[in-house]
Amino acid sequence: MAAPSEIRYLTPTTVDVKKKKYCRFKKSGIKYIDYKDPEFLKKFLNEQGKILPRRITGTSLKYQRRVAQAVKRARHLALLPFVTDLMK
Amino acid sequence: MAPPKVLSLDKTQKKLVLFCHVLVYSYLCTAFAKCGSTSNKYLLLITNQTYFIDFMNQYETVFILTPVLSDVQMKEAADKFVNYLKEKGAEIINTESWGLKTLAYPIQKKTSGFYQMVEYKAEPTVIAKLELQMRRDERVLRYLTVKNEKYAAAYAEKRRNKNKEA
Repeated sequence: MAAPSEIRYLTPTTVDVKKKKYCRFKKSGIKYIDYKDPEFLKKFLNEQGKILPRRITGTSLKYQRRVAQAVKRARHLALLPFVTDLMK
Repeated sequence: MAPPKVLSLDKTQKKLVLFCHVLVYSYLCTAFAKCGSTSNKYLLLITNQTYFIDFMNQYETVFILTPVLSDVQMKEAADKFVNYLKEKGAEIINTESWGLKTLAYPIQKKTSGFYQMVEYKAEPTVIAKLELQMRRDERVLRYLTVKNEKYAAAYAEKRRNKNKEA
């Protein structure tokens, strides 16, 4: 039989519950990522115009590949910059 | 004999047809021939019915024209490529002009350009010819051709309908 904990806190301890990341393409059922829409693709870039990693955006591997492909196509067409400072 | 029908097959079916080509031709003595050297259409003859197998894919090309052109010249340049595609037997689905847009970075010391988009159905051999034309044309700063597969084609259609309404 476990004894109840002796320690008592004045304020309840905050155990920060991490918000589960999810793949937005899987969730909303987007099958094709358009390279002609730079405003949407900007969500996956940092302010220097680099592609954000999966660990930050939570995108699944399959769609990360497609995002990367779309971004690269948009860069070729000068819809997105290759390098920049302070995008957005 | 019944008039020829056009068969639209998907990727795997097309591969299968090409694979079976030799077998069918030699063993069953069914007429199956590539009609003409310019066309990639295949002719398939099965029990009194002739079929054309459609080997066309859906593509979309976006290209950027120099901003030094006037409106008329710009349209003329865009029409040149559209007509070239038509000439090569492509089926134009949609053309879009996005107008003069600023580029994200300078290309050939130009900071803006006229964006044009063409969606079409064509045989795969046409693409290389079109891209050669674009490379030769000094008015074209950039071009990009993409094959629209199943989901991309569905997206393109949705986009077209949306633009039509707006």
